Amino acid sequence: MSIATVFEIVLAAVVLGLGVWTIVVPETFSATVGFVAYGLLVALVWVRLDAVDVALTEAAIGGGLGGVLLLGAAARLRDADLMAEKTPGTLRASAAALSVLMAAALAGAVLVLPDPAPTLAPAAVAKAGATSLSNPVTNVLMAFRAMDTMLEKIVLLLAVVGVWSLASDFAWGGRPGPRHEADPRGVLVFLARLLPPIGIVVGIHVLWAGADQPGGAFQGGAILASMWLLAIMTGLADTPSVSLRWIRLILVAGPGLFLVVGLVGLLFDDAFLSYPPALAKPLILGIEVTMTLTIAATLGLLLAGAPERSAQP
Amino acid sequence: MSLARDMMTVAAVSAGAFFFLAGTVGLLRFPDTLTRLHALTKADNLGLGLVVLGLLPQAAGLRDGLKLVGIWLLGLLAGATVSQLIARAARHGQLNR
Repeated sequence: MSIATVFEIVLAAVVLGLGVWTIVVPETFSATVGFVAYGLLVALVWVRLDAVDVALTEAAIGGGLGGVLLLGAAARLRDADLMAEKTPGTLRASAAALSVLMAAALAGAVLVLPDPAPTLAPAAVAKAGATSLSNPVTNVLMAFRAMDTMLEKIVLLLAVVGVWSLASDFAWGGRPGPRHEADPRGVLVFLARLLPPIGIVVGIHVLWAGADQPGGAFQGGAILASMWLLAIMTGLADTPSVSLRWIRLILVAGPGLFLVVGLVGLLFDDAFLSYPPALAKPLILGIEVTMTLTIAATLGLLLAGAPERSAQP
Repeated sequence: MSLARDMMTVAAVSAGAFFFLAGTVGLLRFPDTLTRLHALTKADNLGLGLVVLGLLPQAAGLRDGLKLVGIWLLGLLAGATVSQLIARAARHGQLNR
């Protein structure tokens, strides 16, 4: 047994252990911390599977932004922890039974896959030249299965609309979340001044590298969003009113441009979302740059929450 | 030449792993929050620094090497910030008790 195999077995065991711990631990806060660690370890699993693109996304969303979202939820639910004990046993038992059934069905589905599993990976790699991008994942996301990516971005947009619609009447169209304040000479504010310039460069680098290496719009956008959130949470920046025209423009720019390019493909070429081969790379790059901005704004606003303060001071 | 590089890698990464181990033992065994933080940050900074130092001879080029050093510096920044915040929270908790 090689060292790599031993490492993988230990990793899988720790991931499973953390998963169980996240479920059985009574405090919501501890469960959240466990879930963040779980997300980071799952990212390591993806690296071991040579799926670095997925690992980046898992670390950014599962470990990072998802963790912040859950921590916020845990803070709001602090009083509800007492109620959790009153949840009827039958409800908990049936939820556990359903989860076990789901996991068993998934495990069964994986086990009955033929060996080697059916895959389109060779076809995707063989056609990589069609777009003059050499990262096969970006090719699949932006060209071969571009429809899925576009619809995914529309789902993100719908999620923002869903969060906004939780606003009370007087705060409608106002600024999301409370106005954060931190000690202006404190260490967190220092970090919020020091880190964003580095983070913005890294985010743009991840987007740019996505053409040929692991990376891309989603990962880059998530990094940019976290830099924005850092500035918001230390009070260096305030959340914008959601009724602002430019905010809404940025939110629809990504899917909008995608849709326009798709329709133009329908007019001048043979199919929806087909790029003319000569223009494929600039078109994909344009969509990715716009989408990075949209994803950063969308993720930031999703985490900022529902509008809580009226637009008029 | 490559043997010397490999030896440096093995030595530095092993030393880094030792500091991680020592830090973990300290985290588990030390009595209160501040001493645990002390163990953790020393181990993280030195351990990660030595692992990065060990990987530098294996880097493909100057760019990869600079990226590795950048990761260490960001790790230092994150570790220092988080331990300051946790220590502050721990002190406030003690004052309020």
